[in-house]
Amino acid sequence: MVKIQTVTVGVSGASSIDFTSIPQTYTDLKIVASLRSNRSAALGDTPALKFNGSSANFSNRYIFGQGSGTPTSGADADSGLGTMPGPNATASVFGSLEVYIPNYTSANNKSFSTESVMETNATANYMVMMANLWSQTAAITSISIFSQTSSTILQYSTATLYGIKKA
Amino acid sequence: MPATNTYDAIQSYTLTSATNTVTFGSIPQTYTDLVLILNLGSTPSAQLTRLRFNGDTGTNYSDTKLRGNGTTAYSTRISNDSNATLNEFAYASTTLGKCNIIVNFMNYSNTTTYKTFLFRANNADLGTELGAGLWRSTAAISAIEVSNPGNNFLSGSTFSLYGIKAA
Repeated sequence: MVKIQTVTVGVSGASSIDFTSIPQTYTDLKIVASLRSNRSAALGDTPALKFNGSSANFSNRYIFGQGSGTPTSGADADSGLGTMPGPNATASVFGSLEVYIPNYTSANNKSFSTESVMETNATANYMVMMANLWSQTAAITSISIFSQTSSTILQYSTATLYGIKKA
Repeated sequence: MPATNTYDAIQSYTLTSATNTVTFGSIPQTYTDLVLILNLGSTPSAQLTRLRFNGDTGTNYSDTKLRGNGTTAYSTRISNDSNATLNEFAYASTTLGKCNIIVNFMNYSNTTTYKTFLFRANNADLGTELGAGLWRSTAAISAIEVSNPGNNFLSGSTFSLYGIKAA
């Protein structure tokens, strides 16, 4: 696993974290991110993806837990990636996100795996495990992470893109 | 200085015809952990993906899973099985690229402990699963068999094994 690029959000925040001109020389991609947004008056927000500049043709099924009650399962037709803390979450806490994309250069639809969590030492915390699908056959050449509510991703958020090459 | 590769590619297979079983044999014992990445299609659809280690057909496998099908979340377990089952919802489809499975084997080469592994299985059309597996053997894992009992993985399905070495 080789690091391709790391992005750290600066003092002004960012509308998105972008990885462009992704080398096509690996087999799989992995994204590891630490995120927080300024979604108005919210405990949590939803990070989302664009591949090659588009958030269309995504779908997912997920399991969601919040530290109490029974976990739930649902399905969406969008590029959401689960959860990240918003301004009402415990200060200085950033959520963790991991995305694994096998065969990102293939001519098949792209299935990928996502886990996102926010642990804030409070009563309600969110954990989401997802099966994701991008129903396009194009190779992935760029990836953007953004807030699904169009909120700002805050300073100190980071994301690293790794490439993994098979034998 | 070029970036250091932390996932060493050990073996990989891309099927050129429909195949029931793929075996990684003679796995080097020089790593600390292993990672197995599967990107599958199956004919017919909705079939289980199973693992066996070192050719062991005894009832020495068990696992506990958290599963969601997009409507309901479940937690289930299997004891004393003759193989490890990686998916019960997130099957391989007849369309390539829709099912991905990630398996992490920790401390696979030690000869003192039973072998544990973590797995994620995803198919955004069907469900997502997280599992913890156990192989009740103190033998080092030298071979991993991936099978689709009674059916076949589609041509184009990919199987990749990586090694991770501790510092």
